[in-house]
Amino acid sequence: MLKLIDKILDSIQLLGQMGLARLQALGHAGVFLLSSIPWGGPGSAGFGDLIKQIYSIGVRSLSIVIVAGFFIGMVLGLQGYTILSDFGSEAALGSMVSLTLLRELGPVVTALLFAGRAGSALTAEIGLMKATEQISAMEMMGVDPLKRIITPRLWAGFISMPILALLFSLVGIWGGAYVGINLLGVDEGAYWGNMQASVEFYDDVIKGLVKSLVFGFVVTWIAVYQGFNSTPTSEGISKATTQTVVVASLAVLGLDFILTAIMFGSI
Amino acid sequence: MSSEEAFVSIRGMSFSHGNRLIYDNIDLDIPRGKVTAIMGPSGTGKTTLLRLIGGQLLPTTGTIKVDGHNVPTLKRAQLFELRKQTMGMLFQSGALFTDLSVFDNVAFPIRVHTDLPESMIRDLVLMKLEAVGLRGARRLMPAELSGGMARRVALARTIALDPEMMLYDEPFTGLDPISLSVTVKLIKSLNDALGLTSILVTHDVDEACSIADYVCLLSEGKVIGFDTPENLINSGSEQVRQFMQGKPDGPVPFHFPANDFSADLFKRVK
Repeated sequence: MLKLIDKILDSIQLLGQMGLARLQALGHAGVFLLSSIPWGGPGSAGFGDLIKQIYSIGVRSLSIVIVAGFFIGMVLGLQGYTILSDFGSEAALGSMVSLTLLRELGPVVTALLFAGRAGSALTAEIGLMKATEQISAMEMMGVDPLKRIITPRLWAGFISMPILALLFSLVGIWGGAYVGINLLGVDEGAYWGNMQASVEFYDDVIKGLVKSLVFGFVVTWIAVYQGFNSTPTSEGISKATTQTVVVASLAVLGLDFILTAIMFGSI
Repeated sequence: MSSEEAFVSIRGMSFSHGNRLIYDNIDLDIPRGKVTAIMGPSGTGKTTLLRLIGGQLLPTTGTIKVDGHNVPTLKRAQLFELRKQTMGMLFQSGALFTDLSVFDNVAFPIRVHTDLPESMIRDLVLMKLEAVGLRGARRLMPAELSGGMARRVALARTIALDPEMMLYDEPFTGLDPISLSVTVKLIKSLNDALGLTSILVTHDVDEACSIADYVCLLSEGKVIGFDTPENLINSGSEQVRQFMQGKPDGPVPFHFPANDFSADLFKRVK
């Protein structure tokens, strides 16, 4: 009996320890963010470095985002047509595709792709800098690595993600139009006209943009934090990279529910 | 040694990593303007000592004064200022920034910390690269350099801001004989020419003794000897002599602690 109580107490203690460790990690990540957050500008390396980071984080994610956007738009066109034609309302295809993309799929899928493409690259890059002592060397030169390495990358993620999400939605709407109009015979005027009539600039475009801004910030934060705090070995870096993709994807999906509830829902 | 002569002065310093006690209440003075080699068996925490002096790790207790400043109590900004003004550290791997060329690597600390015009930065960088014999390699990227060359470039970068103290982490590891003698010669000549205080962590008894003014021997968290190389080689302590003369067995046993060999062999495996 006593043994059983001991075991139960042990597992409660373990649970508490795990909770405390998670809380501590969250606090640590918060302090990390506060000390590297770009209050004053793009970091100590200046605008040149920011442009370089936007190129490697944003521009180099373009191909995957555009191709994925086009396919998802095409699938939406196909699926939407099948459902809508049952009710004889194929003409609403344009509204359906564009609202789905602008409100939900654009920000969310882009953020997931962004976590996989740019987030993992960021973690691996910073983890390798740590493993090859470049970050230590910077510290020993009296250069703050947070301002030098982390700040420009945070900015670059924050700037790139909304643009990528908008491009994703744009290409997706084209993909839907291609399938709907060219392959399935939806009236072209109805597709674009219905879309124009139902999409509101503030309610749909801006709210979608707000989502992607938040996602961009969170994904980049997780990625740089994981890289900066990785164990500087090959195993540690691979673990941190996986962790980035898993944690960032879950964070995006969880935050999407919260943001949708706040901005669109009536919960 | 009086404290004015000591550039780095460590008093009552202890440091633990996890549950392992790495330094146990040590006192150590590193003399100003001299080359001091820190030696000891692998795993004694020699590199840890450099990181403690550089403020990258904090001791559990005790003081570590560098040029009169107690490093563990400095604020982040003060610590960065002290590193900028007085310290240079050469890492074992060189730690060159892989996305910058040799020239830009050496120019990096100058560009960050000064507002000098580009023409003057160019002259300074070329002077530093000339000092390590790699002026001709300035356009190469770090991936194109051999290990020895990378370390020399890193050395040029470290002396770019003319530090007062140089910390070398295993500068002789993994070098071919020519690169090795070049590095040994460079460390000595830089120290003499620039009037530096050098602290050098190494396993290499012969190389260290050839350039070091003092040798500090560490073992199991304690300083077991601090003297000139000659005195240590002929030391009365058997433990010191074993290390300095590289004997395989002695006070530091060849065998890792284990139970009786025959009992171990004949043990029934479950």
